[in-house]
Amino acid sequence: MKQQAVAYWKANIRYVLILLLIWVLVSYGAGILFKEQLDTIKLGGFKLGFWFAQQGSMYVFVILIFVYVRLMNKLDKKYGYDE
Amino acid sequence: MAMTNNFLVMGNVQLWTYILVGITFALYIGIAIWSRAASTKDFYVAGGGVSPLANGMATAADWMSAASFISMAGIISFGGYDGSVYLMGWTGGYVLLALLLAPYLRKFGKFTVPDFIGDRYYSKTARIVAVFCALLVSFTYVAGQMRGVGVVFSRFLEVDIETGVVIGMLIVLFYAVLGGMKGITYTQVAQYCVLIFAFMVPAIFISIQMTGNAIPQLGFGSTLSDGSGTYLLDKLDGLSTELGFSEYTKGEKSVIDVFAITLALMVGTAGLPHVIVRFFTVKKVKDARKSAGIALLLIVILYTTAPAVAVFARTNMIETVSNKPYAEVPEWFKKWEATGLIAFTDKNQDGLIQYVADETQNELVVDKDIMVLANPEIAKLPDWVIALVAAGGLAAALSTAAGLLLVISASVSHDLIKNVFKPSISEKGELIAARLSAVGAVCVAGYFGINPPGFVAAVVALAFGLAAASFFPAIILGIFYKRMNKEGAVSGMLVGITAMLLYMMKYKLGWFDAQLPDKTEWWFGISPEGFGTVAMILNFVVALTVMRFTKKPPQEVQDMVEHIRIPSGVGKAVEH
Repeated sequence: MKQQAVAYWKANIRYVLILLLIWVLVSYGAGILFKEQLDTIKLGGFKLGFWFAQQGSMYVFVILIFVYVRLMNKLDKKYGYDE
Repeated sequence: MAMTNNFLVMGNVQLWTYILVGITFALYIGIAIWSRAASTKDFYVAGGGVSPLANGMATAADWMSAASFISMAGIISFGGYDGSVYLMGWTGGYVLLALLLAPYLRKFGKFTVPDFIGDRYYSKTARIVAVFCALLVSFTYVAGQMRGVGVVFSRFLEVDIETGVVIGMLIVLFYAVLGGMKGITYTQVAQYCVLIFAFMVPAIFISIQMTGNAIPQLGFGSTLSDGSGTYLLDKLDGLSTELGFSEYTKGEKSVIDVFAITLALMVGTAGLPHVIVRFFTVKKVKDARKSAGIALLLIVILYTTAPAVAVFARTNMIETVSNKPYAEVPEWFKKWEATGLIAFTDKNQDGLIQYVADETQNELVVDKDIMVLANPEIAKLPDWVIALVAAGGLAAALSTAAGLLLVISASVSHDLIKNVFKPSISEKGELIAARLSAVGAVCVAGYFGINPPGFVAAVVALAFGLAAASFFPAIILGIFYKRMNKEGAVSGMLVGITAMLLYMMKYKLGWFDAQLPDKTEWWFGISPEGFGTVAMILNFVVALTVMRFTKKPPQEVQDMVEHIRIPSGVGKAVEH
């Protein structure tokens, strides 16, 4: 039982870290730190860095949560924690 | 009576406003009667049986306040790229909430955030510190909401701001006191529908008008529909630089400040008690995760539209007024001028409106808050759309106010009376106490709405900094670090919130100096809005250091931490 809980927790932490890395990259990376550089690329009427700051990062946030929901539901099932 | 006279002379907009606001208010009251609370569990967490979709909608309405609905697009409109901090900050926090907080707090399965802090850190002191932080954050926030209600009422129904606040108070009082969390949850579901419809309809109309694209999110990246083939954003960048402003897509804030403000808002969002408590209302851990996703999706619909509205409104406004003769301004200009929210002084006496960045030559001052409210009028949309915006603004303000009032009343009746002062209180007694504290909270909020201390507006934005500096580290460490003990958590929270308060008093309110210190004196170039990030880091550092020199938490607390990390078996934990 105990071992199982530890393994479950490790897998959970790994998912969270990967997803949060993407979270940092789109907002603080593309939307803020590398905004200037990305702004030289254009996406229709949008400069890319500006688009990430005011549109793209938010779409990615939503996707991240739903990916997390899916991953965790699968993980719960694998370890028998679903109900 | 003045009101009947008003009915006779008022225009179509006002009639529509009465009709739409009347219908929505009747709806909220009906829902409150249908879903009144019978137990403390109903009152605090809606019985713990709300579906993920309903909870997602309620969370979204709870979250989107008068500030999101009325002010945000206006702030972006004037700030351009700088406004991105609010967009990313107020949405990115939900990722933290979903991944790091909501599932575990749901599994913990009690009623309030101080409940968690008090139990996890096995100490009354920790609980009381948490109650203090929750009250501080919620009161600063709710005063702003009541003010928002007053502003909308006074502009669209043409009553005094005071009367507007009182009407809003009565409505909230009715459904919060009667229904508790249960009543609030289902009214918020209705309020979400009203506010999102009210926000999207004018945005879509204007997007079609200006760019021919019905989706505002794409519209503001499209070319203008005047056949010139110019991209809307390029045109706005051009107009802005022409008038001496910085390019719309560039902004003026420093990179470090943008970074700090965004982080403070994200972490603050995840630490706000009225948002966290929403995840106590669903049945299972699985539902908590899912409803966080649904909530963010519903929020992002508005938040991705707001920057589009900002661009449309800014372009429209510049084109309508800049260098135009004052004698020929459209009707909406005069109407808002009467409220004092638009002010024009013809400095060079040429009869034209000079709207430029240079303060000495600029002749036009426009309040940020009116961009959303005036936008449909500026774009000449039908009267019912203008009225709809009023109903939406009220829905946004009322839903947030109700959620905050519940946190305040639960803090008093549950965290203070039940868990600290009088543990022997009966279930019935606690329910009465909860209702009475809700009444008290509404009255205090109303008082601040009518007599706002000069610094309310300044402080509302800082509620996030306070939440980031206090709750977020204590909760995260409580879940992810078994070794964290009460000494560490309490000293971390105290240092964090004190640092935030002091910085705010010095650099935002200017209480310590003869005049407000200049930007150049900010620590690391970080504004008071962004200082929550620094205070949060301070909290973490202090907590981890103090922990090293003090005792481990008792075994049963460590067992509890292991217990909340496993999602199954929620049912058992719910009962007290």
